[in-house]
Amino acid sequence: MCLSIPSKVIEIDENNFATVETLGVRRGVSLDLIAEPVNVGDYVLIHVGFAMEKIDTKYALESLKVYENIVKEMNNETIGVYDGDMGLANRLK
Amino acid sequence: MDLINDFRDKDKILAISKLIKKESNKPLNIMEICGGHTHSIMKFGIPGLVGEHINFVHGPGCPVCVMPKTRIDEAIKLASMDGVIFCTLADMLRVPGSHTSLMKLRGEGHDIRALYTPLDALKIAQDNPDKKVIFFAIGFETTTPMSAVLVEKTLNLGLKNLFFHINHVTVPAPVRAIMNDENVKIDAFLGPSHVSVITGSNVYKSIADDYKTPIAVSGFEPLDIMDSVLNLVRQQNANTHEVYNEYARVVNENGNLRAKELIDKYFEICDFPWRGLGVIPNSGMKLKDEFASIDARVCFDCSVQSAKESKACICGEILRGRAKPYDCKVFGKVCNPQNPIGSCMVSGEGACAAYYKYAKRG
Repeated sequence: MCLSIPSKVIEIDENNFATVETLGVRRGVSLDLIAEPVNVGDYVLIHVGFAMEKIDTKYALESLKVYENIVKEMNNETIGVYDGDMGLANRLK
Repeated sequence: MDLINDFRDKDKILAISKLIKKESNKPLNIMEICGGHTHSIMKFGIPGLVGEHINFVHGPGCPVCVMPKTRIDEAIKLASMDGVIFCTLADMLRVPGSHTSLMKLRGEGHDIRALYTPLDALKIAQDNPDKKVIFFAIGFETTTPMSAVLVEKTLNLGLKNLFFHINHVTVPAPVRAIMNDENVKIDAFLGPSHVSVITGSNVYKSIADDYKTPIAVSGFEPLDIMDSVLNLVRQQNANTHEVYNEYARVVNENGNLRAKELIDKYFEICDFPWRGLGVIPNSGMKLKDEFASIDARVCFDCSVQSAKESKACICGEILRGRAKPYDCKVFGKVCNPQNPIGSCMVSGEGACAAYYKYAKRG
C-alpha cells in the first residue's frame, strides 16, 4: 500500500487537486491533507490518492552529503567525520 | 538531486555497509515494524550488507496481514447483500475468509470494486443513488486520515447511500503487545516511514523509554535503511535508546497536524481483534457514535461465525516476530502467492510474500 516514490507537482486546480508525476506517470491527487501551501515544482509523498506531506529537499541533500563523507572516509580507511555523530538526528523541523 | 536513485547509490550503500560491519560486534535483533520495510530489506539484499550480528525480525505492520478472519467474513457478508456495491483497497480482495474471499465473490457476480483512492467511493455513491455503497476501510495511521476526509465529504454532500466499515489500526499498541511477550527478543526497531509522517516521530518516545529499545524512523530506500541500522548499532554500543529520525525529509516530531485533527474529529479508539495477536485493547479505530448513520457495522447485520485459522499456517507467529516464513511447513509449497493460505502470503506487504518473491529457496 505504501508507495514511497516522491512525486513532482505539475499542476494544481481550484478544487485543491493536483496533477503529479511519478516516474513519468501522471495522476491526480488530493491536497486536502496538506495545510501549508503547495506549489508547482514541489515534491510530495503520495498515498492512496492523497498527498501526505511535502518532501523537504534540503534535508534530503543534507543526508546525501553525510553519505558522501562516509564514502570518502571509508575509501581513506579512516573514521572521523562521522565518528561520534549518532546520525542526522536533531534536524527536526 | 534525484530523490530515488541518489538513495540507491551503490558506493554509498557499500561504504555504510563497511562501517556497520566494522562497528557491529554483538547480536542485534531489529524489528522492522512496517511491511514496506520488509520488502525493501529483502528486495535490496540488506541482510547480506549488515554483517552476521544483525537479525531482522518482521513485524505486524501490514494492514492486510493483521486483518482477522471475522472482519473478512463481515466484509463478505456485506458484499453478498442485494443492492450493495462493496469497495475496498486492492489487497483485501484476495484474503481468504472462513469459506470464500471477496475475489471469489466478485467472480460470482457481486459488485465488488478495488479502489485506487477512497475518494472514488464518493463518485460511485453519487452515480448509483439506488445502491448502498459500502467502503471497507483498512490501514494504519497512514490511511486513517484519508478515510476521515471521505467521511467529511460524505457528510458535507449529504450522501445517504455511502457507509463505512472501519478497520483502522494503530502502530504503538501492537508493538507494546509484542514487547510484553516474554518469548520475544527485540533489541531495536526500524520505525515506519509513512505512519510516522502522520503521527510524528514523538509517538515512539515512550516505547523507546519503556522498553529501552532504540528506534530509527526510516525511509524506504536502501540508503535510508542502512543509515538507520548504523544508528541502531551505534545506539546499542553507546547503550542509549533514543528515537532517531532518519527520514527528516518528510517526517517531523509532531506529524501532520491537519491529518491528526481529522482523525480525532470522526474516529475514536477501540479494541481490535488482530490476526495472530488476539484482541489488543485500544489498538483500533471506529467511527464516533454520532456518525452511526453511516457506520456499516451499526446499520447492517455483521454477525458472523468464523472458522479457526488453518493449523498449518504460522502467520500469527510470524507477525509476532517469533518465526520466519521459512519456519512454516506450507511456505512456498501449498501456500504461495497464487494460492495463499495465510494473510502474510496474500498481501504485497506480507513477510511471506517478500520471502517468496526475493529469497525463495530450492
